[in-house]
Amino acid sequence: MNIVDRRLNPKGRSHTNRQRFIRLVREQIKDAVVRSIKERALGDVDTKEVVNIPRKRIQEPRFHHARQGGNREHVHPGNKEFVAGDTLPKPDGGEAGGRSREGSPDGEGEDDFRFTLTRDEYLDILFDELELPNLVKTHLKETVASQPQRAGFTASGSPRNLNLVRTMRHSLARRISLHRPTLDEMAMVTNRIAELEAKEGRTEVEEKKLGELRIVQAQLERRMKRIAFIDPVDLRFNRYEQTPKPNARAVMFCLMDVSGSMSEYMKDLAKRFFLLLHLFLSRKYEHVDVVFIRHTSEAKEVDEETFFRSAETGGTVVSSALAEMKRIIDERYPTDAWNIYAAQASDGDNYPSDSETCTRILRDELLPLCQYFAYIEVVDEREAGMFRSEGNASLLWRDYKTVADLALNFVMKRVFSKSDIFPVFHQLFAKTQKVA
Amino acid sequence: MMAGRSANTSVQPGSALLFQTGEWNFDTLKRTFDAIEDIALNELKLDPYPVQVEMISSEQMLDAYSSIGMPVFYHHWSFGKRFTRDEALYRKGYQGLAYEIVINSNPCICYVMEENTMTMQTLVMAHAAFGHNHFFRNNYLFKEWTDAEGILDYLNFAKSYVARCEEQHGISSVERVLDAAHALMDHAVNRYGRRPRLSLATEKKRAEERLEHQRQTYNDLWRTLPPKPKREEVKPEVDMARKKLGLPEENLLYFIEKFSPSLKDWERELVRIVRNIAQYFYPQKQTKMMNEGCATYVHYRIMNRLYDLGKISEGSMLEFLSSHANVVFQPDFDDRRYSGLNPYALGFEMMRDIERVVTDPTDEDREYLPEIAGNGDVMETLKTVWANFRDDSFIAQYLSPTMMRKMRLFKLTDESEAPHYLVDAIHDERGYARVRRALARQYDPGERDPNIQVSDVDLKGSRRLVLTHQLHNDIPLSEDDARAVLGYVADLWGYDVQLLGIGTNDVTKYQYDASPRT
Repeated sequence: MNIVDRRLNPKGRSHTNRQRFIRLVREQIKDAVVRSIKERALGDVDTKEVVNIPRKRIQEPRFHHARQGGNREHVHPGNKEFVAGDTLPKPDGGEAGGRSREGSPDGEGEDDFRFTLTRDEYLDILFDELELPNLVKTHLKETVASQPQRAGFTASGSPRNLNLVRTMRHSLARRISLHRPTLDEMAMVTNRIAELEAKEGRTEVEEKKLGELRIVQAQLERRMKRIAFIDPVDLRFNRYEQTPKPNARAVMFCLMDVSGSMSEYMKDLAKRFFLLLHLFLSRKYEHVDVVFIRHTSEAKEVDEETFFRSAETGGTVVSSALAEMKRIIDERYPTDAWNIYAAQASDGDNYPSDSETCTRILRDELLPLCQYFAYIEVVDEREAGMFRSEGNASLLWRDYKTVADLALNFVMKRVFSKSDIFPVFHQLFAKTQKVA
Repeated sequence: MMAGRSANTSVQPGSALLFQTGEWNFDTLKRTFDAIEDIALNELKLDPYPVQVEMISSEQMLDAYSSIGMPVFYHHWSFGKRFTRDEALYRKGYQGLAYEIVINSNPCICYVMEENTMTMQTLVMAHAAFGHNHFFRNNYLFKEWTDAEGILDYLNFAKSYVARCEEQHGISSVERVLDAAHALMDHAVNRYGRRPRLSLATEKKRAEERLEHQRQTYNDLWRTLPPKPKREEVKPEVDMARKKLGLPEENLLYFIEKFSPSLKDWERELVRIVRNIAQYFYPQKQTKMMNEGCATYVHYRIMNRLYDLGKISEGSMLEFLSSHANVVFQPDFDDRRYSGLNPYALGFEMMRDIERVVTDPTDEDREYLPEIAGNGDVMETLKTVWANFRDDSFIAQYLSPTMMRKMRLFKLTDESEAPHYLVDAIHDERGYARVRRALARQYDPGERDPNIQVSDVDLKGSRRLVLTHQLHNDIPLSEDDARAVLGYVADLWGYDVQLLGIGTNDVTKYQYDASPRT
């Protein structure tokens, strides 16, 4: 017999099959993921997702007998007190021991097929087909970690970096060029001497030969001693160079109107958009800063909690938020070190006199600095019917429209309901849309 | 106690023990295998294939599960689904892994898991590498229907063929065929060998003989009988065509492979691959209980013998017994854990019972099992049984009254019209035969799988394929699944397909139709 150790064989033989399976149910998984984003409580978007696949889609049907109907016989073990002729009541809704499964009309009495996506699988599917535009600007962070990288060989170094192959190659070349006797040569001479010495009654010629050989041997030994097997000049070490690791950083500005005209519902819509954007950026960049700026008639940088939770009253001056953003960029986020993304959410209300200031700041000051500026206008569901056509759009929308027509990195969309968020997001960042 | 007892770190010199610690290594494995082999071949006189033991990790065991335990298999999403489910169950601790997987091949490949203790490895080797292995090699069903020499090569071929098709025609097109073929796997087996087709010469000779026979037995008297009223006319050409198609045909996949008007060559080959694999596994379905019974009996004998010879310690023996007791545990019908008869339990008990009947029969045994009672040669008797029976015939032949009383078997009838179950027969003089017959039927795959046949093809017109389900005891098919499978049949056939459920007195109980999805 044979014992074969297969433990070191590659694992994951089923990987292909699992991928096939995921491919098959990809649409369902996607739906589940999108649904979960929409329906989940805010703040836990970034967790594992359990996906339920309706069995119908992935069933493997066979011809088999139904669980009910017809006349059947069963043999069971463990009879206690029955005698032939006894009758037993039938349990409700099925036969003995059988879980009644075929309850519902479409035969889906069984549970859905559940399985858990890993966080990565989840996010991959979420961001499937999406790609951030202008993902080009990267900057070497001053404090970045550097990484040693192989860079040729050097004649000096620490013993643990010794490169044996190179060292031996040099040593061999030197030994050959300096005619260092090899061990074989030495052995040959020594053997000859031993041979002659062992011989009784040597002839004169042989005696002479022996003398010569002894001299040769002494010479060889001297030579061998003088020419080292490995000399310090042979040593070669691997050389490493510290190369800085490129480290892309991004800052995301969330701008939101929190004035009285924004209802809770509209804020909620905006919030979802921001969450999604943040999730996306943190996947693409190693480091993402988020700056929350909310504004009424004046703008203020706040923390996340305040940004989303507390309410404010007042008028609406959109340009104040833009100016605040510009100020913060100048102060903290130099464009050569940061990729700047901005997302603005508003209901579109603005003081009419502010229009021009708004477009000017946006067009001349912010857009040149930003990788991407997304504006979403949230519309209350009740008003959605009224405002769907663009002719009815808000003042701010019309102002921004003039900017959007000129700038490639500015995108605007209107959002009416929760279910619009993901498609809008999808559209904004769709691979095929615009490549700046 | 003796001082040396507790220090079981290594085998004491002079001790006969094969191993003392739970840890295994390749040396102990080899040594133990040799000891087992010695008992199996020389004492039990088993006749197994050569063995190849393969050590795998638990992850690989999970992998192996998903491809029906075979070392190579083509890719398909359904295996991924199974893997995803098994993995989740295993990770959450709902389900343990099998200790071993054994493959009916030559050499017989036996996977064992690295997590097993040495005692478990011993048990597993005795069970799989000798028990199952002997059964595979000697049982008539395996001999007749499976090719242990060629299966691994065939699976390799299948895998690369499927992969090549996927490359050429796309994964979806291949999946379309495989999904459909998998749905028919239960109806893709030949239950009986085919009659070899006659050569032209033999046919001619038979025709001549028939003529000669008619000539010799000619009696003018028959001519005077009034002619039979003509039955409805059967068009001879249709009749001929049906005969050529071999209708009715119970191997649905075979029929589709041979006669489907729409399959392309490569699709036909895929169907053939699935059919061949189904045929390879069919004997395992028919002999599950016997096969496990045989393997369990063999490991039980071998482990006890090893212990008697002083080759395994008392600790190991206890570990083995506890594991063995779990394997052959049979809960009663009213136990919460009950989920039908445990094939290990029934199989093992029956083998032990045969051992008892052979060596120490009662008068009752002499009456019920006269051909083996008291013949004295346990292993020869069992080997004959293992070679020549399958589950249903084995039960019909060898389930003794003692066994029925021991397991307290009773038979319940469940008629859909009746308001109650009826205890029809129990383990007493009047019930033995009926209980035994009912249990045998329960193990007959012909009873378990619905009887579905290709009954007709409309050759002249729509090419519609007609399948007939002959209802047995009025038990219907599960409708949703039947409709789904029928859809697959239509896909493979390429034209409309109809399924008729025929009850007693040729009453059509139901009729499902399906058209190919385009």
